[in-house]
Amino acid sequence: MSNMPAVGTERVKRGMAEMLKGGVIMDVVNVEQAKIAEDAGAVAVMALERVPADIRAEGGVSRMSDPDMIDAITAAVSIPVMAKARIGHFAEAQVLQSLGVDYVDESEVLSPADYANHIDKWQFTVPFVCGATNLGEALRRLTEGAAMIRSKGEAGTGDVSNAVTHMRKILGQIRALTSMSKDELYVAAKELQAPYDLVKEVADSGRLPVVLFTAGGIATPADAALMMQLGADGVFVGSGIFKSGDPVKRAEAVVQATLHFDNPDIVAKVSRGLGEAMVGINVADIPVHHRLEDRGW
Amino acid sequence: MTSPPLIGVLALQGDVREHESALSAVGAEVKRVRSLVDLASVDALVIPGGESTTMSKLALSDGLMEPLREARRSGMPMYGSCAGMIMLADRVTDARPDQETIGGLDITVRRNAFGRQVDSFETDIGIVGVGNDPVHAVFIRAPWVESAGPEVEVLGTIENGDDAGTIVAVRQGLLLATSFHPELTGDHRIHTMFAEIVRRSR
Repeated sequence: MSNMPAVGTERVKRGMAEMLKGGVIMDVVNVEQAKIAEDAGAVAVMALERVPADIRAEGGVSRMSDPDMIDAITAAVSIPVMAKARIGHFAEAQVLQSLGVDYVDESEVLSPADYANHIDKWQFTVPFVCGATNLGEALRRLTEGAAMIRSKGEAGTGDVSNAVTHMRKILGQIRALTSMSKDELYVAAKELQAPYDLVKEVADSGRLPVVLFTAGGIATPADAALMMQLGADGVFVGSGIFKSGDPVKRAEAVVQATLHFDNPDIVAKVSRGLGEAMVGINVADIPVHHRLEDRGW
Repeated sequence: MTSPPLIGVLALQGDVREHESALSAVGAEVKRVRSLVDLASVDALVIPGGESTTMSKLALSDGLMEPLREARRSGMPMYGSCAGMIMLADRVTDARPDQETIGGLDITVRRNAFGRQVDSFETDIGIVGVGNDPVHAVFIRAPWVESAGPEVEVLGTIENGDDAGTIVAVRQGLLLATSFHPELTGDHRIHTMFAEIVRRSR
């Protein structure tokens, strides 16, 4: 009986994210946007009720999306569909799993449901992606069962600076681990507030044991190319596409820039004639208590 | 003594790095293929796992689809895993009606045939030509082979559970395809088989 098919294993959860590498995952709020994303070559869509820019503008409590809306998008596209649950809200995650979404984003973009605990993601068959601002946070999410990590950035701003900070931090901390002696790794694990075995694994391999995407403030093809050159495996684009002047063109351009991130001629070509980018908000102008990156720990 | 074959990995999107590692481990020279120049330089091509909808679109938008078909017609060995199997199939069901493929394998493939991600699974299956030990196969939103033409050799089927008997590994001439992802497990026997197909084709 040991040969019966096994679902929800660590390998199929992490493997699913491996298949998304080199791709762009786009936030969509309805079927029309989902189709635009698929037509543009997105590898997946994130179904949510309001893009981060609107959540930021409108305020209030932000929750999991309406199941009808998620079902409609799932029915409309052939690419994977992701959806967000609030940090710590395992019942929302259970609902999303029941709906058959392909990935759950336990996301700081929604209002946290639990200010102490994240979801115990090992209890689920559906895989989870979680945000991180540094390596310790990423490793704590992996310990809880996340199968994919993304930078947090500062969603809904169109300001890429926090995504840059988080990616540089995570990758820089990994590079630092690779040069440490064994006794130093014990201290590193303490300082990272992460399990030693996981810290050792990262030190030995020189990378996270899961896929690392970037998210938060990516608004232009050049933003995507920047993040890919910094070492992202792929890109989440939230408000940047459907809050811009020409979503169809911009969606295709971001996909092309992610694929050809190391070819400035192509990035230049696809950056032409995109119309207005989303209106940006400088992260520095956002009051600290309104910043999403500090949600989750 | 001949030089090792140069095997390309189509690098439009997907788990390119895992295939590169597996191919290197079986002694092949490896190169990422993202352009016509890259394609012209390789002896064979692996089409990785990924999103077949996306991969097909990018192959079209980057002007690679027709050259890929031409390379396949002129005898370039190709191996596709998961999305790669879809790319090599002559016919695809449960896909967007406009999804194009390289083709070459006389098979009908059903996309996401086992279900969505929550239905993704791993299991052991016997594969013809890699020895008696079963291959541990990882299926992720995987396709299956709904029907295969007379020239197609079936190399493996699901052995247990509801989907027992389903075809998940095939070969036709210089084309090899699996529904599953041998590049994720560290068992390189499928890649060894492909490298052998490539060597014999030269």
